[in-house]
Amino acid sequence: MSGTENAGLQAIPNPEKATLEGKNKFLGFWFFLGGETVLFGTLFATFLALRDKVASGPSAHELFSLPLTFLSTIILLTSSLTSVFAILAMKDYKAGAMRLWFWITVLLGLAFLGLEIYEFHEYLGEHFGFTTSAFSSAFYTLVGTHGCHVLFGVLWISELMLQSYKKGITTVTAPKYYVAALYWHFIDVVWVFIFTVVYLLGILGG
Amino acid sequence: MTTHAQSLAVSSQRKGFLHWLWTWITTVDHKKIAILYLFGGGLFFLIGGIEALLIRIQLAVPNNHFLVGSEYNQVMTMHGTTMIFLAAMPLIFAMMNAVIPLQIGARDVAFPFVNALGFWLFFLGGIVLNTSWFFGGAPAGGWTAYTPLATEYLGSGMDFYILGLQLSGAGTLMGAINFLVTIINMRAPGMTFMRMPLFCWTSLVTSALILFAFPPLTVGLFFEFFDHIFHANFFNTANGGNGIIWEHIFWIFGHPEVYILVLPAFGIISEVVATFSKKRLFGYSSMVFATVLIGFLSFMVWVHHMFTVGLGPVANAVFAIATMTIAVPTGIKIFNWLFTMWGGQIHFTTANLFAIGFIPTFVMGGVTGVMLAVPPADAQYHDSYFVVAHFHYVILGGVVFGLLAGVFYWWPKMFGRMLNETLGKITFWFFFLGFHLTFFPQHFLGLMGMPRRYFTYLPGEHFELGNMLSSIGAFGMAVGVIVLLINIVVTTAKGKRAKGDAWGIGRTLEWSIASPAPEYNFAQTPLVKGIDAFWKEKMAGNKKMTPAEPLGDVHMPSPTVIPFLMSLSLTLASFGFIFAANQAGKPHTGGLITAAIGIGLMLLLMLIHSIKDDHGFHIHKEEIMRIEKEAE
Repeated sequence: MSGTENAGLQAIPNPEKATLEGKNKFLGFWFFLGGETVLFGTLFATFLALRDKVASGPSAHELFSLPLTFLSTIILLTSSLTSVFAILAMKDYKAGAMRLWFWITVLLGLAFLGLEIYEFHEYLGEHFGFTTSAFSSAFYTLVGTHGCHVLFGVLWISELMLQSYKKGITTVTAPKYYVAALYWHFIDVVWVFIFTVVYLLGILGG
Repeated sequence: MTTHAQSLAVSSQRKGFLHWLWTWITTVDHKKIAILYLFGGGLFFLIGGIEALLIRIQLAVPNNHFLVGSEYNQVMTMHGTTMIFLAAMPLIFAMMNAVIPLQIGARDVAFPFVNALGFWLFFLGGIVLNTSWFFGGAPAGGWTAYTPLATEYLGSGMDFYILGLQLSGAGTLMGAINFLVTIINMRAPGMTFMRMPLFCWTSLVTSALILFAFPPLTVGLFFEFFDHIFHANFFNTANGGNGIIWEHIFWIFGHPEVYILVLPAFGIISEVVATFSKKRLFGYSSMVFATVLIGFLSFMVWVHHMFTVGLGPVANAVFAIATMTIAVPTGIKIFNWLFTMWGGQIHFTTANLFAIGFIPTFVMGGVTGVMLAVPPADAQYHDSYFVVAHFHYVILGGVVFGLLAGVFYWWPKMFGRMLNETLGKITFWFFFLGFHLTFFPQHFLGLMGMPRRYFTYLPGEHFELGNMLSSIGAFGMAVGVIVLLINIVVTTAKGKRAKGDAWGIGRTLEWSIASPAPEYNFAQTPLVKGIDAFWKEKMAGNKKMTPAEPLGDVHMPSPTVIPFLMSLSLTLASFGFIFAANQAGKPHTGGLITAAIGIGLMLLLMLIHSIKDDHGFHIHKEEIMRIEKEAE
């Protein structure tokens, strides 16, 4: 069943919230993100407490390069925008357009991950490993947890898109696409904080 | 039973024991999951209770050699950890699962699949923790697992603590999200927030507390995990780490946890006291307000566990005042219960005895709590038996009394049979008197200077009498629990069958349907016209609730084995990490590979769950009419 056929059959507005199951998923996912916020909050608090405990290893402004991080930020912010376009297409039951935008989101997510792996690889070359100092453990845990979230998001959205070729946009699938997009925005917001607290503060705050 | 056969089409060939086991492993029905939680929590409650008895045997006389050194530390740590995470939490979830959908007039919870997953994660997490006894010793760092003791000086036991709690904590978090959404989205028509039974309100607030309190625990456990297994430096002072961070993280979780446990107990007490006083709960809206306020304040008091750390007078003063403030909403609740009983027709059933026994007991725990909130005084009480007495008054005298009231009150609704009241009252008196005999002397032991967590004391320090009384009391409680078990066995075999309105004076929706509730809960969704909806209908001369919809087919979710398999794969991952731990250097590769396989299986199961659409099944109208007729 393709998306256009669906549009003719059941053009219910806001398919992501049309059923009780959809509404439950929507609300439950917001609560989940609330819990995730506290999780990242704890990671940030710990990072702030340990950011100048560099032991014998390198410190933040010796390591970080702003151009690279800036590029990562632009890529991830753009991917958030493309996921918005995907959801707008979903609300119009345009399955093709939704898939296109979500695939672009996935590609941008992969580009971000590639940059992060490159960055971590560089740091390892500068003898900045997970066990170097309290700062390094806190840094890799915070940024790495975010990276794992991006990786999970990439896998999740890809898997949903592969399914969408067969299942199209229905009141069953729409909530899934919608919460995946919510998750992606959340990852993006967390990154904005990482960019500020870890990198900007690390370079400028000394 | 055609619907049942239909719902279990997969397993229709299996007969006998395996069939029975399969039904329980694959169930997504909240009423069955409630029974699973009751069984799981009850099992760990017995284990934790035996550990408590071992502690009391060791401390009964001075210079005892029954259980010394590390062995004592292991039993003491496992007692605390088991009772908090593996007994109290799941028993609360048992009550919530058994009652909440019925009280709000829903056919199921919002996420039946997640509900089952939550249970299995908790149960297997508990098993992981308890297998430590057979693999080189249980955790011995106290239930608080303070660093660097827990990360640097204790053996593999702490890995079981970290990963076992990580599993069961994930299960708890899922359960909380499930109940938040269930209560917000699935209330019957007319069941506004301010018409919900108080147990629903306290469970709603508790779920919100879990949602915001458990992620810090998850992160803290990850830090200990990374430190212990991958040699990170969060708490390693040699490389700039800081052990105080763990204390903050643990208590940011740990203090709300106290309210997570006690709020549902408050809810149960509110239901039981109102029902058995044959009166509406006094001051309903102030009860709701007090519940929400307690939930809010519970996140602002964690430093009172750390007064002696030396965070400075300003921090200590702020947290001291916040802590004392909590006494206000709690006091409101106490007076509301008293006023509910005032002028009521009080029925002294076992459930109500526990509820009434709860009130003075909890007040005593609250008063010592305010005493502990004063920082200069706390410097004296800190880490003494005074603290032990305080938190047992709050958790055992508060939470467990509440849970036992709930078990006696809702048992007929869960199982369709009444518990024996005479045996119940024997349980109550042994438990109540045993409890006070155990913990009342501990206040004085603490004030006389006996430190907590020590495995022995010397003769001639005036500790002998108090400790002996305390140990006798512990055995009194054990007798109470044994009588309860006998009660359960006897009444299951030939107990009185419970009517729908088992106590004859039920006020809330769960009593308007058969006991035990049919699979679909409500043949027709009820229309709620006020607080104590069923009582209101009965007063208007009706035997049943006014339906809000015509009779029709009911859609149900299919049973599934995936939650169980998911939990198994994460258990595999946990064991992988536990056996990867290597004090000397790099983690063992074999363990890491096992862990990777476990996580891979988990992702695969998530994929399968995402691809496979569950269409569920329908219970047909005729079938429902037949079952409803039989129940009458």
